[in-house]
Amino acid sequence: MTNVKFRFLDNVAIADTAFEAFGKNENELFENAATALFEEMVDTRKVSAKIKKKIKLRNENLENLLYDFLSELIYIKDVDGVVFGEFKVKIRSAKDKKTRNAIYDLDADCSGEKIDYSKKEFRNDVKAVTLHLFKIEKTKKGHKVTVVLDI
Amino acid sequence: MIQKPEKNPYKINKINDYVWEIPATEKKGMNVPARIYASQKLLNEMDAGVFEQVTNLACMPGIEKYALALSDAHWGYGSPVGGVAAFDLDRGVISPGITGFDINCGMRLIQTNLNVKEVKPRIKELVNELFRAVPTGVGAKGALKVNKSQFIEVMENGVEWCIDNGYGWKADLKKIEEYGKIKGADSDKVSEKAIQRGLNQLGTLGSGNHYLEIQEVKKGAIFDEKTAKAFGITGEGQVVVMVHCGSRGCGHQVCTDYVRTFDSAMKKYGITVNDRDLACAPFSSEEGSSYYAAMACAANNAFANRQVITHNTRKVFEKIFRKSAEEMGMYITYDVAHNIAKVEEQVVDGKKKKLVVHRKGSTRSFGPGHSELIDIYKKTGQPVIVGGSMETGSYLCVGTQKAMEETFGSTIHGSGRTMSRTKAKAEFKGEKLQQDMERRGIYVKAASYSGLAEEAGSAYKNISEVVETMHNAGISRKVVALSPIGNIKG
Repeated sequence: MTNVKFRFLDNVAIADTAFEAFGKNENELFENAATALFEEMVDTRKVSAKIKKKIKLRNENLENLLYDFLSELIYIKDVDGVVFGEFKVKIRSAKDKKTRNAIYDLDADCSGEKIDYSKKEFRNDVKAVTLHLFKIEKTKKGHKVTVVLDI
Repeated sequence: MIQKPEKNPYKINKINDYVWEIPATEKKGMNVPARIYASQKLLNEMDAGVFEQVTNLACMPGIEKYALALSDAHWGYGSPVGGVAAFDLDRGVISPGITGFDINCGMRLIQTNLNVKEVKPRIKELVNELFRAVPTGVGAKGALKVNKSQFIEVMENGVEWCIDNGYGWKADLKKIEEYGKIKGADSDKVSEKAIQRGLNQLGTLGSGNHYLEIQEVKKGAIFDEKTAKAFGITGEGQVVVMVHCGSRGCGHQVCTDYVRTFDSAMKKYGITVNDRDLACAPFSSEEGSSYYAAMACAANNAFANRQVITHNTRKVFEKIFRKSAEEMGMYITYDVAHNIAKVEEQVVDGKKKKLVVHRKGSTRSFGPGHSELIDIYKKTGQPVIVGGSMETGSYLCVGTQKAMEETFGSTIHGSGRTMSRTKAKAEFKGEKLQQDMERRGIYVKAASYSGLAEEAGSAYKNISEVVETMHNAGISRKVVALSPIGNIKG
């Protein structure tokens, strides 16, 4: 399964859409989950890289960081009218000096284009990322996340 | 990999031919039993996720009487879609996840006095023009642009804002649940992000299962003539317009924001839930009251969204048929919310009590005499709009006293899916479906072929059986069946 970045699940969450995304490390996991999110809306292979957007986020919890990252992408999709097809994610973790808790910092470079129905076919709009079954797991080959999107 | 549960693992008792109960002893933490409304056939075919999810609802703090799954129930995120949970205001909770991301997703039915014979020859023109007037699909925007201060007024005043600004008729207000404005809306509780997402989306349909449909009353489709007449359905061949959509980005963002807030706040209140999406907080807590005020804003935005769509639909009909909307009798029959949490007076064990009723994919079904209803509907019970798939048609039903007694005044919202979107997409092809439907006299225009394939009739339960079940259970009686002739979808 080394080459599989994500796959949609056909027997989960009947009303909505569920996918699993994989990554050999956290960066790749986040990139592939973001790609799967946009794959629900458009053929991401055909999305050009005309628009660049940087996202910076911080959280003490990796799962919450991913939830916020995907939610942020949905927000930008609506407000800027953009879909993305490519992501470069860097996550750095450190320990908070006071609390000694882990802190994750995310920097993402996202490339995409304006939503234009005269240029390509779009699929479903995604309303939100739900917390139903939302889970990052460690696997032999790295990480896996399960995500259910509200359609 | 997550496996779909194959069958219901819990003991289920038959209450009568249409009501089933999972006792509170069946799952650890259940505070009340779970009740399922279904015919034997629907129960047998019911997606096993429903049993897991309805019993999860039954575990929530302060839940009253029963957690409910209705005949259209299917596996959702957190609550089943087709689920109802009512909570005590003092002991109970409110949950953004149960209410759903699409706050006040709902249905509206608009009458016309046009006959199918005059509409059918113009159906393509009509649908194409509607498709232009009501933006659909990914990131749809642009039907009506408002600035931030106007948007705040929309969130706080709902349809009143639309009427004051020329997007509808004064009479429309009376034909909307809560008169198009849920009280207690406070825009200070809505994030800047939710406002920005919603700004340009008024009057847009969205995608997924949302649609705007032209329907006809076919021969033999009126089951209760007197009630039908009160609902503006006067005879066979009559054409109506049904709208299914919600609060768009504004509502989705309100829920996203508060699901995260509640997810972290639960620890403080010592609450645990069986599914993270059921994250909740005491209704009376700061988080609870903030969410209610923000949810009311998003709900009002959804009522306004359907109002702007109605206004633009009337304009399209005027253009095509060269008559005024008034001449065409384009009055609203009703507008109902089916993803919502509301404070309502209910009778529990013979005592009047205020509850926060969550309806997730469930429609209010208030019976005759209810003080919330306008006079004409006080006589009949409220109109209940049940939206089916674009292939198989929809129903107009009426609320009952029995719903007040058994289901917190709630009933079904649609037919309910039987097949996941991913599976439907693999099984059906949008282009072919569109052609097949056109041959059968339904002209569809969709923003997306794959989205269209996901909405194939075969991906849904048999709507007649779903409606019949609630009719026989006495929760909502069927009044008219409505068949599609034209449809726009995202």
